[in-house]
Amino acid sequence: MKIHEYQAKEVLRKFGVVTPRGIHCTSVEGAVKAAEELGGNFWVVKAQIHAGGRGKGGGVKLAKSLDDVRKYAGEILGMQLITHQTGPEGQKVRNLLIEEGADIQHEYYVAALTDRATQKVAMMASSEGGMDIEEVAHNTPEKIIKVFVDPAVGLTDEQATELAKGIGMPANSMAQAVDTLKKLYTCYMETDASLAEINPLIHESNGTVKALDAKFNFDSNALYRHPEIVAYRDLDEEDADEIEASKFDLAYISLDGNIGCLVNGAGLAMATMDTIKLFGAEPANFLDVGGGATTEKVTEAFKIMLKNPKVKGILVNIFGGIMRCDTIAEGVVAAAKEVNLSVPLVVRMKGTNEELGKKILAESGLPIIAADTMADAATKIVAAVK
Amino acid sequence: MSILINKDTKIITQGITGKTGQFHTEKCIEYANGKNCFVAGVNPKKAGEKIFDVPIYASVKEAAAETGATVSVIYVPPAGAADAIWEACEADLDLAICITEGIPVRDMLVVRNKMKAKVAAGGKETLLLGPNCPGLITPDEVKIGIMPGHIHRKGRIGVVSRSGTLTYEAVAQLTEIGLGQSSAVGIGGDPINGLKHIDVMRMFNDDPDTDAVIMIGEIGGPDEAEAAQWCKANMKKPIVGFIAGVTAPAGKRMGHAGALISGGADTADAKLAIMEECGFKVTRNPSEMGKLLKAML
Repeated sequence: MKIHEYQAKEVLRKFGVVTPRGIHCTSVEGAVKAAEELGGNFWVVKAQIHAGGRGKGGGVKLAKSLDDVRKYAGEILGMQLITHQTGPEGQKVRNLLIEEGADIQHEYYVAALTDRATQKVAMMASSEGGMDIEEVAHNTPEKIIKVFVDPAVGLTDEQATELAKGIGMPANSMAQAVDTLKKLYTCYMETDASLAEINPLIHESNGTVKALDAKFNFDSNALYRHPEIVAYRDLDEEDADEIEASKFDLAYISLDGNIGCLVNGAGLAMATMDTIKLFGAEPANFLDVGGGATTEKVTEAFKIMLKNPKVKGILVNIFGGIMRCDTIAEGVVAAAKEVNLSVPLVVRMKGTNEELGKKILAESGLPIIAADTMADAATKIVAAVK
Repeated sequence: MSILINKDTKIITQGITGKTGQFHTEKCIEYANGKNCFVAGVNPKKAGEKIFDVPIYASVKEAAAETGATVSVIYVPPAGAADAIWEACEADLDLAICITEGIPVRDMLVVRNKMKAKVAAGGKETLLLGPNCPGLITPDEVKIGIMPGHIHRKGRIGVVSRSGTLTYEAVAQLTEIGLGQSSAVGIGGDPINGLKHIDVMRMFNDDPDTDAVIMIGEIGGPDEAEAAQWCKANMKKPIVGFIAGVTAPAGKRMGHAGALISGGADTADAKLAIMEECGFKVTRNPSEMGKLLKAML
């Protein structure tokens, strides 16, 4: 689960990380009021969406007067902000963060994430902050340094110092930088984050170390023990169909093609999408109905797929293991009838009671096309939508 | 022979009294020699009772001491599953198989590091399969997990995969063309897990009753590439490889928690290229895994 920058900074402050003072708002008036309250003579007006690259897209402006704040807030609120992470249609800006200006002497990058290979927490840091870290990793990998942390031990002073020194933190910022890294690690662990990134982390001329921007991702398996994080969820930032699907325990992701697919199991679902592409078309979605492909779940899955106007045909691929094929066939028939299915439907079923399942489909009176293998199913649905 | 388990394996079921645990334990007992293999269940509140004629003990340690079991299978719900894995380790079992899906990553990080620290301090190593996996099966001998038993057939092909249903797909293709399986192993779809492709490939390589292997992976993580490099230097048997997720977009979690492209090296195309370079016969058509393998024998 992702959260906004202003929320990420709230989380960081709870763990003692210093950030600029800032106020979240949702209107132009609110923005001006926030700037007045913060005081000073320059402010940053920042669009809040769940995507990076906001500055380049025109979503972050430096205001030198309250009139500037009013002007920029008016421009940014309601705009479709397009960044390299939003896709070409962009994301509508509904929230702003007004922040006091900072005295940036240097921008660094620091982050915590789980490293699969070592099965430890990787703490990463770079002297090249303020830019896309993937570019740094690609162009100058030597400028990213990492330490690996055993959760039984935690991030040690030695490790944190190694990072802070490695990125060239000046002597009068060193103690606070080490402390910030340790707090970031604690925050990462205690909130069950899957990514906690401060980019940029800066030092000011008086030595103060501050988190100027922050990004978090949280492990959805652990949200049950973090109601305070769940409260940050902003449904406006998520795909409406994916939210609807999650209510029925369906894993759904919309894609750009025109063939809807409904599959049990994440691996088989990806393999089905790949087969559709291999045979000349593109999948419209990823959809894993999970272990219990009941009539209700299959019906909801059909409804969600058909909301997508690009869908010209549907491929159902079920491996009936514990779930019998006849039960699934009944579910597919009932679902197709309930939604008045008007696009071609190819069904491939394999496993327990396969023959009985095929018989139910054949006798349903519906124009369902049966297939034997994934390749056969893909060939047939690609032909049917052409 | 086979890898990890056979008809003489004695198994404890942790979470035997829950809905999922009961359902699958009954199926496992019905399969092949299951009746003699599943010798104990664990539930501290129901110690002394029996379910499907299997005695329930208060702890894994007690169950192991009383029955001589060396393997456990875990159906405990996510919040308690990592503790259940640790309990199996503390009882010095040979192997713990965790079926549970949805365990917080932090819990797995903590328990995996504890397991490694125990071994580093000279303690006995308990292998872990999973979590979020279908389990494993040695056809006609014993099935531990949630896979449909009847699609399997005894034979000499090994199957290893992160995904459950893709394992079944490969097994069914093999069985259909007359090739049985020595063992089929689901290592699970989570980012922090126990046995990896490389570990299972090593076991298949050493198993005199396995002639060839189908290795199935998916997007996300470095495991398939590591296994491929190892195979290039060591594997003496033919391998068919498939990676799911060529069409998966970067940055989106495709169902499995571990199926998330997070860099340039963990896409399906990158993994397929490495596997091919390491001598695998790779395919982009998952309907062909069985046929391709047969052609290599």
